[in-house]
Amino acid sequence: MSRADRKRENEAARVWKGGYRPYDLVKEASIAFGAVLLLAVVLTVLFSSPDDPPSTVKQWSRTDPVDFVTTAVSQLDGTSGTATYGPPYNHNSDGQHIAFLRPQKWLGVSHPIDAPQDFVLAPLHSITGQPALTAALAVYQAAPSKLQTAWTTNYTNALAKAKPGPGDSVIIPAGRYGPVPIMMNALLSFAQGGGLDGTLLTNRQFYQTDYTKPLMLMADGSVLANRAQAEHLLGEQWGMMNETGSYPGQVWLWLYTFWYQIKPFSTSNNADILVMAIMGVLSLAFVLVPFLPVINRIPRWIPIYKLIWREHYASLSPKPSPAQPMPPPAVNAPG
Amino acid sequence: MSATADPPPAPAGSAAERSWTVRLRRRAVAALPPEKLLPDGQPTYVASWIYVFGVLTLASLATLILTGVILSLKGPAWWHVSGIGHFFNSMHLWSVELFFFFMVIHLWGKYWMAAWRGGRARVWITGAITFLIAIPCALTGYVSQQNFDAQWISTQAKDAMNSVGVGAFFNLLNFGQMYSYHILLLPAAVVVLVIAHVLLVRRHGVVPPFELQDKLKAARMGHTDGEVQS
Repeated sequence: MSRADRKRENEAARVWKGGYRPYDLVKEASIAFGAVLLLAVVLTVLFSSPDDPPSTVKQWSRTDPVDFVTTAVSQLDGTSGTATYGPPYNHNSDGQHIAFLRPQKWLGVSHPIDAPQDFVLAPLHSITGQPALTAALAVYQAAPSKLQTAWTTNYTNALAKAKPGPGDSVIIPAGRYGPVPIMMNALLSFAQGGGLDGTLLTNRQFYQTDYTKPLMLMADGSVLANRAQAEHLLGEQWGMMNETGSYPGQVWLWLYTFWYQIKPFSTSNNADILVMAIMGVLSLAFVLVPFLPVINRIPRWIPIYKLIWREHYASLSPKPSPAQPMPPPAVNAPG
Repeated sequence: MSATADPPPAPAGSAAERSWTVRLRRRAVAALPPEKLLPDGQPTYVASWIYVFGVLTLASLATLILTGVILSLKGPAWWHVSGIGHFFNSMHLWSVELFFFFMVIHLWGKYWMAAWRGGRARVWITGAITFLIAIPCALTGYVSQQNFDAQWISTQAKDAMNSVGVGAFFNLLNFGQMYSYHILLLPAAVVVLVIAHVLLVRRHGVVPPFELQDKLKAARMGHTDGEVQS
């Protein structure tokens, strides 16, 4: 089809000069609303919706105290995911990039998290009536950073051989850990009593709606990932587009999630920004389909339109005139 | 009160002619006269099940808004502790699944009709943007659930938002912020876009069928007898 033909066809589609038939728009919309409402009720009665209770720091520290303490030590020595994240939580890394572009840094640290202070030291300082803890905190904070790192590294290594002790405590082999065991045992007890959940939410206001800190802390541990794995929600299991149980989830995110399943994205440290860039380009292309050469001609080349408008095209075919003699039936034909 | 005739057109340079209100009304009525806005007839070629999915998408959106309003009246924690609340939350969930299901079929149908032809590019563009805005609208709903799904989805999706800098003002871990996005900002954007989309459809009409090749050939030779004309 030539460019002139395409232009003529496009212009011809501006106004329909053919026939019309009666149509009750309001009636159709009302019936559609009623039908969808009924369908939603039927699906609700049949399948309901999932509502698995959230995890809490209290529950996590009770059911998996070793993982909790391991995560807490990584916050204290600044090696956790949150502590090394970069913007918008801190300045400890530059974040992801495409070539020289680092948009993660452009709006700075908007949700500041000082991992050692917010997750460990401040909660421990809020505990009163424990002279041993007060002394341990003083020793730890007065020690040179090299010594602090030696204590936390030794303690982290020892946690690999830790055993659950009485009362959901953690028992580790003897070693050179400085005041770290006293601090961690106090933090574990505080978390198991529910105090850390509250402390992480509390800021200068009475009302709280921001769960950034407790969620970042739990995301650094295994508590969420273990539950997610059991529910087939991990990234390599098509991740967050799914929901707990057998519910369809956000299936419309399939293309977004798809990129994370293949290389180089599945192994890249910059996977998120790469996937977002690809989806940004594809989204722009989707919006601009009417202007994209080839893409906007495919509907003409693959004649699905003949199926959609088959009644219209059938009505255009010349009908046999009653005056014309019908051909004789082919019965009893030889051969 | 007695019926009155239409007022005569205002003379050029008069106060009425300069009135922004009068100008807006004239432009609105010229673009969408009542018989176009609420038509009682439609072209004969509109005769396929594919046309139903547009109105089904709108019906799903209405169901979503209705159930969302009911959930909003009782607050975000209600559905966790009330059987009725859970019922309406389930309806809200299934409405969004239906909304996307119908919308995707509608979009594919319109693609295969090349529904942007004849000056209808803006109809496609508003529909496509509606789809794209509906995605974060649904995402904010999933992270506002206050359950394990919300915890997992928000902690997983935050990295994508942070990587492009959006996380600074779209913090998936901040329940209060996400709830505001979910029940006001993003639905308002979807509704405004849907209204614009529907008004554009009403203004330009449903795209006519492609002309068949033999008709195009005839048109090229100057023998136009078709129903679709400029």
